[in-house]
Amino acid sequence: MELQQPFSLKRFFLQWEWMLVLIFVAVNVINMNLSPYYLDAEGLRDATMSFLDKAFIVLPMVFIIILGDIDISVASIVALASVVMAVSFQAGVPMAAAMVICLLVGTACGFVNGWLIVRFKELSSVIVTLATMIIFRGIAYIILEDQSAGKFPAWFKFLGWGYIGEVPFMLIMFVLAVLFFSWALHKTAFGRRVYSMGNNVTAARFSGINVDGIRILIFTVAGLMSGVTALFLTSRMGSTRPNVATGYELEVITMVVLGGVSTSGGKGRMIGAVIAVFLIGYLRYGLGLINIPAQILLIVIGSLLVAAVLVPNFKWSPRAR
Amino acid sequence: MQSAEGPKFVLELKGIHKRFPGVRALQDVHFQLRPGEIHALMGENGAGKSTFIKIITGVHQPDEGEILLNGEPVSIHNPKDSQHRGIAAIYQHVTCYPDLSVTENIFIGHETVSPLTRAIQWKSMHEEARKLLAELGSDIDPRTEMGALSVAQQQIVEIAKALSTKARIVIMDEPTAALTKRESEELYRITLKLRDSGVSVIFISHRFEDMYRLASRVTVFRDSQYIGSWDVDKITNDDLIMAMVGREITQLFPEKRAEIGAELLRVENLGKVGLFSGINLTLHQGEILGLTGLVGAGRSEVCQSIFGILPADAGTIYLKGQPVRINRPSDAIALGIGYLPEDRQKQGLVLSWGIGKNISLPMIDEFAGTWWLDEKKEGSVVRDLADFVKVKAGGIETEAGTLSGGNQQKVIVAKLLGTKPKVIIIDEPTKGVDVGAKAAIHEIMGELASQGFGIIMVSSEMPEVLGMSDRIAVMREGRISAILDRDEATQEKILEAAMAANYHAQEPLRG
Amino acid sequence: MADTTRSFRDAGLLGFIIALSVLVQILNPSFLSLENLADMAKNTAILSILSVGMMLVIITRGIDLSIGATLALSGMVAASTVAMWRDTHPLVAITLGIGIGLACGSIVGVLVARGKVLPIIASLGLMNIFRGITFLVSDGKWISANQMPASFKGIALSSFLGINALIWIALIIYLLAWWFLTWNRMGRQIYAVGSNPESARVSGINIERTLYWVYTLMGGLSGLAGVLWVSKFASAQGDTAMGFELSVIAACVLGGVSIAGGSGKISGILMGTLLLGILNNAMPLVNVSPFWQTFIQGLIILIAVIINALVKRRAVRRTMQKRNI
Repeated sequence: MELQQPFSLKRFFLQWEWMLVLIFVAVNVINMNLSPYYLDAEGLRDATMSFLDKAFIVLPMVFIIILGDIDISVASIVALASVVMAVSFQAGVPMAAAMVICLLVGTACGFVNGWLIVRFKELSSVIVTLATMIIFRGIAYIILEDQSAGKFPAWFKFLGWGYIGEVPFMLIMFVLAVLFFSWALHKTAFGRRVYSMGNNVTAARFSGINVDGIRILIFTVAGLMSGVTALFLTSRMGSTRPNVATGYELEVITMVVLGGVSTSGGKGRMIGAVIAVFLIGYLRYGLGLINIPAQILLIVIGSLLVAAVLVPNFKWSPRAR
Repeated sequence: MQSAEGPKFVLELKGIHKRFPGVRALQDVHFQLRPGEIHALMGENGAGKSTFIKIITGVHQPDEGEILLNGEPVSIHNPKDSQHRGIAAIYQHVTCYPDLSVTENIFIGHETVSPLTRAIQWKSMHEEARKLLAELGSDIDPRTEMGALSVAQQQIVEIAKALSTKARIVIMDEPTAALTKRESEELYRITLKLRDSGVSVIFISHRFEDMYRLASRVTVFRDSQYIGSWDVDKITNDDLIMAMVGREITQLFPEKRAEIGAELLRVENLGKVGLFSGINLTLHQGEILGLTGLVGAGRSEVCQSIFGILPADAGTIYLKGQPVRINRPSDAIALGIGYLPEDRQKQGLVLSWGIGKNISLPMIDEFAGTWWLDEKKEGSVVRDLADFVKVKAGGIETEAGTLSGGNQQKVIVAKLLGTKPKVIIIDEPTKGVDVGAKAAIHEIMGELASQGFGIIMVSSEMPEVLGMSDRIAVMREGRISAILDRDEATQEKILEAAMAANYHAQEPLRG
Repeated sequence: MADTTRSFRDAGLLGFIIALSVLVQILNPSFLSLENLADMAKNTAILSILSVGMMLVIITRGIDLSIGATLALSGMVAASTVAMWRDTHPLVAITLGIGIGLACGSIVGVLVARGKVLPIIASLGLMNIFRGITFLVSDGKWISANQMPASFKGIALSSFLGINALIWIALIIYLLAWWFLTWNRMGRQIYAVGSNPESARVSGINIERTLYWVYTLMGGLSGLAGVLWVSKFASAQGDTAMGFELSVIAACVLGGVSIAGGSGKISGILMGTLLLGILNNAMPLVNVSPFWQTFIQGLIILIAVIINALVKRRAVRRTMQKRNI
């Protein structure tokens, strides 16, 4: 009694994710040949800490793009949450409470996004989050002006730099987050509803799905996860400024799209986006080792993004047209 | 049946065949249009009328057959081509540019430009547009934005556009469907004017009144086939209905009648601004309540309001005597109200999904185990439902988009039944469904009624309304104009109630 | 009625601009001085030039995020060229910049029109690529004022009839765009494509070609803007105009260009850029901390789009009530 198409070896191997794995392997092989230092277990392990902070936003962004929406305000939320945390800590709030505030600020920002998008359906999510992107960043500037804030307690460093056993704490948290988000997307009724909304939001509404509630929830979670990113990022940097995380929204969206999530909604899987996170992360790490400027990476990422959307349009899914 | 009287036809189609993957859309269809006549084209939904129009307007190419324009064989490659040959089409859902002015909508693609600077000559175009509209007896300001006009006014603009392209053949596809009585009168007048200026008109409509008021000839299609053409004054109403339906009306519907039980649903004074008002309806167990009227009378809107898609802003809904508040579909589903939408592809199905996932969507919570979806349970429940409605498909993983209209409809019925409703609202249950599936769907409806469900059936198809309903509510312009018992209901009474001119004061035509 | 809605909205925007100006004038009387106004116009010129292109893009239901990068790239190439051959005529530099912009824009155009890639994604990808190329071209270095010949810096300094060249260029572009969008068939086709793509196809309008040219034009304008920018600020950097595309989109949205496509007027974006220009110019004048500016801008954009939506809703509701059932 299969709900899915029966298993077929051909279809299994024709999945976009394999393409990503292939590129991933290629990246590693090239990196290995270019730099003798690349294939170093510790190096590879520690490298994850340099790129995983933003990866926490990738997870809810997969949901958002599956809905057919987009959120370009996430980087501003990271900045605002981080700044508010630092400022409240400096004002005497205990660090643990400041961290909670950080998450709350992120969640609130995300809720504002979701509420605006649902309440004013005639505005697209692009426009709403474009405006809130400027607003959130603006608030961060109002709070901290051109100053930086930091001097966090030493234990706060653990978030971004610490290990549990031999494994970076950040990596563990990310793996847990991936498991949770994959579960929510692929294994629950909630996930099924999200896919149905991305495919045909009218039919979803007629099927009794609370489409507005789900949209608000997902944007709110994106805000929360931006708060999480703010925690890790701030911990890694040791201090914060209003202009942190600039451009994260683009990197995050690139990872999601590269991961095979269709921007027209309804299609894509968590695993693809996760592979894309590591692909881009290690690409950057490898290029950094051999002193190739980060700008080349921009070009490579941009090309990958364009290729990722062009390929399926031309032939990847024979049913597309 | 067809004797060529005039030597010449402006448009003649011979032996047209058209197939789509899995569907035969047209089979050996003929059509002859004389100069300066209004020719009604009739047939049930899904009879092939729209495919036929698309062939004339060049959207589709016929697989076989011949098109003769003024006696000369032609092939019409694309819509532009058909425009150049003097053919214009006006659709029910006007396909205009809402952001552009009336003038621009009329002249798009053939603007007047200054020979010297290539600049668009707005002044003369506005003037020309005003003249065209005046010719049609309309005083719409050509500078108005198209989106600001009513549907009726937009249609007038489309007709003016047809005039501006010097069209000799104008096709009107159910133009009166969304119009009020007064607006329809206006359209009649303009159409007759068009004919008097020598234009030939193909007029597609479900309304007999349209045909009698306008047409001199009528052609009937049924089940993708050509049935015949007649002079309007030489064919009786009954014969025409026979030609369209092709069978005795009664034999098509399940015989057994369910026991009518206690009251299930009652709405009092339901209203929504601009859509409907003062709606009173009751529905009992085992009852099929037909809700009919012309398209645009507000039937679907009333149902969607009961289902929570368009929450009403006046009136009360009672379920088993208790007043209930329905603000969104999930409320309705929780209360045991199910709605089967009219537009299957847009409102009913996720086309890229398998049948199974579609059916389980509204009841997906039932399969939520402690940790994850119990796909095994889901599969077996869904399979049972699909079997119950007799979906014909390879398996429940078959993509819904690949199914025929009738099978898609069955999938939606299964999806609806999965939510275990007590009240079922079905909007146009057999629209665009072939005869076999139609009978099956009717049978399911009869079966459900006899099991004690209450069913509200919105339908535009007269035989279906008469054959299936225990009672019939007729709507006209947002109000209930009559409620008829099965025994007293006749086609004439329904039509009268649906179209009665003096039922209440007409709104003045705006223009 | 949508007509009156729209003119009501235009009047509202104009009223807001006037009220804001009066307020600023009261707080700081130097605001409406000729000198300050000229300064403001000069500083808004580049934004307004780009808004013209962005309006066309948005009318076709698209968006172009790559223009900041295109601007930087063409500015960088032009600046490097004049830095290397110091006697390059400024017009050659401008032509070079426009040429590079056109090339960048045409790539976006091909992806959107031919590749059927969503504009936001296509331009996002190309933004990265163009930005990366800019860094490569410059090798990560700046080109500073003293590397540029006076003639090049003169582009933004020169004036005609007492009015700065940047303002002239913007004015000419607005006039051309106004003529193109009002009196030219091609211009009207852009509206048709955005208003109803299906109908446009049926009317025989070549949608792909229209889209291609709109993005190419956008690129060309960005190229021009790049040269002007670099000349005005007398420096070319890898991160020139980073995020500037957002201000441009904001100006369009403020000016009433509908993101749903099909509508937008030159007079509207003129007011939109004017409003942003006033905000940027006036906030320092009335001692609003520069750190409040981003926030205020964002808020005004949000309020503008929300008011727009509410006005439209009211119009629809009134139509429904008129049906009188």
